[in-house]
Amino acid sequence: MATTHTHTNIDTHHHDDHDHEHHEGNFWTNYIFCQDHKVIAKQFLITGIFWALFGGILSVIFRLQLGFPEMSLEWLRPLLGGWITPEGKIDAEFYLALVTMHGTIMVFFVLTAGLSGTFSNFLIPLQIGARDMASGFMNMLSYWFFFLSSVVMLSSFFIETGPASGGWTVYPPLSALPQAMHGSGLGMTLWLVAMALFIVSSLLGGINYITTIINMRTRGMSFTRMPLTIWAFFFTAIIGVLSFPVLFAAALLLIFDRSFGTSFFLSDIYIGGEALANVGGSPILFQHLFWFLGHPEVYIVLLPALGISSEIIATNSRKPIFGYKAMIGSMLFIAILSFIVWAHHMFVTGMNPFLGSIFMLLTLIIAVPSAVKIFNYVTTLWKGNIRFTSAMLFSIGLVSFFLTGGITGIFLGNSAIDIQLHDTYFVVAHFHLVMGSASFFGMMAGVYHWFPKFFGRMMNEKLGYVHFWLTFVGVYMVFFPMHYIGIAGFPRRYYSWTNFETFEGFTDLNTLVSVAAILTLSAQFIFLFNFFYSIYRGRKASANPWKSTTLEWTTPRNPGHGNWPGEIPAVYRWPYDYSKPGAKDDFIPQTIPFSETQESNLPHENELIKLETSNGDGAIVVEGSKH
Amino acid sequence: MASTSTVTVPAPGKSVWDGGVSPMNASYGKLMMWFFLLSDAFTFSALLITYGLVRSSHAGYDGAVENFVFSQAYWPIPEKVFDAVPFFHGLTAPLVFVGLMTFILIMSSVTMVLAVEAGHRMDKPAVEKWMLWTIIGGITFLSCQAWEWSHFIHGTDAGGLLADGTKFFGANLSINQYGPPDFAAFFFFITGFHGFHVFSGVMLNFLIYYNTVTGVYERRGHYEMVEKVGLYWHFVDLVWVFVFTFFYLV
Repeated sequence: MATTHTHTNIDTHHHDDHDHEHHEGNFWTNYIFCQDHKVIAKQFLITGIFWALFGGILSVIFRLQLGFPEMSLEWLRPLLGGWITPEGKIDAEFYLALVTMHGTIMVFFVLTAGLSGTFSNFLIPLQIGARDMASGFMNMLSYWFFFLSSVVMLSSFFIETGPASGGWTVYPPLSALPQAMHGSGLGMTLWLVAMALFIVSSLLGGINYITTIINMRTRGMSFTRMPLTIWAFFFTAIIGVLSFPVLFAAALLLIFDRSFGTSFFLSDIYIGGEALANVGGSPILFQHLFWFLGHPEVYIVLLPALGISSEIIATNSRKPIFGYKAMIGSMLFIAILSFIVWAHHMFVTGMNPFLGSIFMLLTLIIAVPSAVKIFNYVTTLWKGNIRFTSAMLFSIGLVSFFLTGGITGIFLGNSAIDIQLHDTYFVVAHFHLVMGSASFFGMMAGVYHWFPKFFGRMMNEKLGYVHFWLTFVGVYMVFFPMHYIGIAGFPRRYYSWTNFETFEGFTDLNTLVSVAAILTLSAQFIFLFNFFYSIYRGRKASANPWKSTTLEWTTPRNPGHGNWPGEIPAVYRWPYDYSKPGAKDDFIPQTIPFSETQESNLPHENELIKLETSNGDGAIVVEGSKH
Repeated sequence: MASTSTVTVPAPGKSVWDGGVSPMNASYGKLMMWFFLLSDAFTFSALLITYGLVRSSHAGYDGAVENFVFSQAYWPIPEKVFDAVPFFHGLTAPLVFVGLMTFILIMSSVTMVLAVEAGHRMDKPAVEKWMLWTIIGGITFLSCQAWEWSHFIHGTDAGGLLADGTKFFGANLSINQYGPPDFAAFFFFITGFHGFHVFSGVMLNFLIYYNTVTGVYERRGHYEMVEKVGLYWHFVDLVWVFVFTFFYLV
């Protein structure tokens, strides 16, 4: 018992520390350089929302060019200035900058930092029962590195040669040679600097998430009692810690090629009739390094969304998640596979067809754990007492996108079919559905679901429904037609197709896509209004508005530093005891011991009652354990 | 917060993974260092694999070793490049100097182990002594590397022919007398990246040394910081073993 005593001591001590900070702190320590995980999560969320809006507007600008090639865009001149040509069109190079920055911003700044940064920070300590992250200071640094990275990336829009334009994958030699295009000049340098800062931020965050989950779980919170959100964040962080450094290495090498005369990725290049001195390097090598990050990145983006939707679907179906361990297993399997499939992005780089067939096989295997997840979502919904909250609608929308987009992944993962589909709008449609929209919907679901915990108030459900339906229909209207355009062979990243007779038949379809894109973006303003209005004027939330079982709902309505005013609650059961036969209520929080629920216990759970009284001997090691 | 030393004995039917305890009996700081090192290992692996692939795409030298001359046509034999020793101009001593550097770096790992061990005994003077030796080892390694770079950059007396037939002495990031341009570029990049790690390690070691001298860890009641930085230092050593193998030996 002595050691348990120590444990409690530490907790209260921590708590006092934080309370102290809380009362004494000024604006700067409370809101700007704050080390509290909840505030940092909000910082990530707000920055992510800013970037989402920014990236969305970029996409609408280039959709105007694609959907209405004859339209005069003179009215954009006040905003874009010289990027509008004298004929009133978007400058062709700026078009490339738009798609490049749209991709970079959405993948990294919105769906990595905005999604993982927000919800990992917010939910990990709250759902595992910890006062804060393992290192609040590193957590704060993680946000500020991200902020710095954002500033650098944003600043590239305001330089004369414009932002990076070589595609979000920044393949050399295009990205390595400043004389190749305007966007490969200073804009590309800023892109690389911003990404290096971003990687630092992501590593600081990821290491913190992993360590917190391993070390800081409250009493009783074994790994198999963790909510699936935490499992998802755990895998996401591990993937990030292992794959981002490889991009870091590639980015450093590229910086040397660009600025210091090396030839790591360059060889035998003629540009403007002039032969360059570079020999010996390999641009394909960059693609390997890039996609060794790039493919796991897909799951860094997707897994948190899947974790969030698992939680929300179980809660709002009032049923235990179907196949809890299968869900964990499939995420683990996906995480492992994500590291050994990268070359499916490179089938047409001239790789050995035999190697291609191996990567094809590994890629297609991902369909198995993905199908397990879809199956489990559907079976969780099956015969549930479904409550269609906004969060639930977005989660179901995620399942729909994950399925639709996942099926086209089977086409693209096939190295033979990929010859036709590679770099067409089919690819664009595929990843926007399966990774972009699915993850975006996961993020939205998370915001609607945990808004009461974020701000102590509820968002408006009616506006949530309108937001959901407009976005859901809009997304399908944008991306479904793209499959047809892509199968016809229409290449992505082309500024204009009006010169190709083959593609003239798709003018109407492209116009439809653009109209839908504008509609979808407009719908997001409903969300923005709802979000900011509800922060100040929303209906006050009850302690546990969704009647959920997890730990975050046992905190006060507006949890302060340290999350729980008294001792951290212990955990006695898994997080999915919904509608348990015999139980008084249709949910049993994780903090209720089996000894208090004799009426609903299963035989093996009665066995566990004995263990509940013995308070394990041990303590969380903060620093300086003896051996 | 030092009072948390415990031997974790789970109650019957329970495991250390059940929460409320640190399952690996390690502080978060130590875990973080391990995960950072794992991540850093991936950075170095990426660089070394890149090096390996580029090198293997170049022709190797397949004549007799005695007849080897520097040429842009094939990748040089490393022991023909790194055969100089300071103060012994003209002496041909393949890999002797870099071997000495490696030995010094490995010895500094040994002194680091001794510092960590002294920390466990709460023996402040011994920690100071061994940290100082570790710092000296690190600085010596960096100095040796500086000499080696300088020699590499200035070149041999004879120089070497470039592809266009001109004579060139030494190396920079774009061309070098020893062989294909990528040879020197990778040498600078990878040993430089490793050297930067050593430099950071020396800075950290100095910080630890300073805190030890001023009694910060004695007051804190434990020398765990020495252990954490020690992990980093050993890692940097281990990476050097790989760099040494791939650049100098094969």
